[in-house]
Amino acid sequence: MGTIKDIQAGIIEDFEMFDDWIQKYEYLIDLGKELAPIEEKYKTEDSLIKGCQSRVWLHAEKQDEKIIYTADSDAIMTKGIIAILINVLSNQKAAEIVSADLSFIDAIGLKEQLSATRANGLVSMIKKMKLYALALNNK
Amino acid sequence: MFDVNKIREQFPILKRKVNDKDLVYFDNGATTQKPQSVIDAVSNYYQEENANVHRGVHFLSGLATDKFEATRKTIQQFISAKHNHEIIFTKGTTDSINLVANGFRSLLKKGDEIIISELEHHSNIVPWQMCCEISGSTLKVIPLLDNGSLDMENFNNLLSENTKLVAVSHVSNTLGTINPIKEIIEKSHLIGAKVLIDGAQAASHICLNMQELDADFYCFSAHKMYGPTGVGVLYGKEEILNTLPPYQGGGEMIKEVSFEKTTYASLPYKFEAGTPNIGGVIAFKSSIDFIRELGVKNITKYEDGLLQYATSEILKIEGARLYGTSKNKSGIISFNIKGIHPYDIGTIVDKMGIAIRTGHHCTQPIMKRYNIPGTVRISLAVYNTKTEVDICIGAIKKAQEMLS
Ligand SMILES: Cc1ncc(COP(=O)(O)O)c(C=O)c1O
Repeated sequence: MGTIKDIQAGIIEDFEMFDDWIQKYEYLIDLGKELAPIEEKYKTEDSLIKGCQSRVWLHAEKQDEKIIYTADSDAIMTKGIIAILINVLSNQKAAEIVSADLSFIDAIGLKEQLSATRANGLVSMIKKMKLYALALNNK
Repeated sequence: MFDVNKIREQFPILKRKVNDKDLVYFDNGATTQKPQSVIDAVSNYYQEENANVHRGVHFLSGLATDKFEATRKTIQQFISAKHNHEIIFTKGTTDSINLVANGFRSLLKKGDEIIISELEHHSNIVPWQMCCEISGSTLKVIPLLDNGSLDMENFNNLLSENTKLVAVSHVSNTLGTINPIKEIIEKSHLIGAKVLIDGAQAASHICLNMQELDADFYCFSAHKMYGPTGVGVLYGKEEILNTLPPYQGGGEMIKEVSFEKTTYASLPYKFEAGTPNIGGVIAFKSSIDFIRELGVKNITKYEDGLLQYATSEILKIEGARLYGTSKNKSGIISFNIKGIHPYDIGTIVDKMGIAIRTGHHCTQPIMKRYNIPGTVRISLAVYNTKTEVDICIGAIKKAQEMLS
């Protein structure tokens, strides 16, 4: 598993190969389909992320000093977005997650690719992931 | 003759590109686009006519006042109201409903009942909940049948001598259902209840005649009728408006103010406190003129044809399911495609320049009724074409292909 920085660089490289929005969307859709499922018991009101038009559940736990995220959404594009974030942040140390500079989002123009409500949802997802890391770090 | 290309020429925004594609605008239920005449009327007001209304002795104030009042007259004619002063200018449908709900608060008591329906927009639910909470009256709800029409048998049973007010929409903004409001009004009046109709989705699509309809209140928004935002109408029967207390206090709505006792102005000014959206009201006349020139009956006929075409095309999409299949429908189509979240469809077709709405459309009880997270909604206006329907269906099929 690489560092947060390395993984981001890999995603930026992937996106450089795409010519148009269709390929980018298809990439997100594929990521969404591949996302490992969340355990049903973690799909609770508490794990729902606010600010998304579709429902997104996010769960985090600590294993061997690292934070493991699992998530699900009823919309596949949303699932693709959370999958990208999980690829970058899951299985990393809490302190690194909290201080991570997610510059790949601007580099691949992810926000511009999304509708305004989805871009808001993206911000909410990152916030919730960092908050989970912060809370689990102190445990 | 009804020439849709001539109509489209009047709407400058329809020439613009979105994501490098020709804009296809199918979110007319949320708000319609504006013809050049309305845009010109707004800018002309600020360039040539700006002054406050009903106040100054000077030339411009007189001009602005005359034009402001000319809109009132035009609307009275447009909806065949008996009196000019039965037309109250508000900020929009939501504001009109709140005005009435606020007034009824002090006229109702514990044990009184208000009836709404399961298909109402949140704007025709929440004000009545607030009204009930404060007055101690009870809210009753007419349920929906599977096809998205009101369960009228249930309505007959809900009506009782406790019913003081019935508030239903003319056309559902999510299902497109045209409700049997004439029947609702007649039955409600038999037991002495008043009726408010939320006409937000009807006023630019269906011919209105207040004296024939006999509604006590009828509400609509200019921005859904090719007019400016921030302007709406509350029509109310004179004798009933007179029984309602004022909504807001302030300038314009008074007869005489002293610290001992303030008396209120007569209709319509009693309900028009403060400086109104003057430019908006004046431009509203241009949008009504636009509608009247085309003729509401012609508009209904054209949109019905488009509705039928779009509905049959959507049903050809594999896995498509319509919500709202009542016989009596206006140009609103809600649907989902099996296994696909509506939001995913909306996001992808947006990339192809197509504006449709996805989500609950401010009608969460309908979503609950059908147990769905939302729908994809196409809502039609007079400038939409069959070609646009084809482009939209093509885009939805492309989205389906990408998503499955
Ligand atoms: C049926 C219905 N009622 C009320 C409203 C509220 O209208 P406005 O936002 O213009 O006040 C709308 C529009 O969204 C509507 O479709």
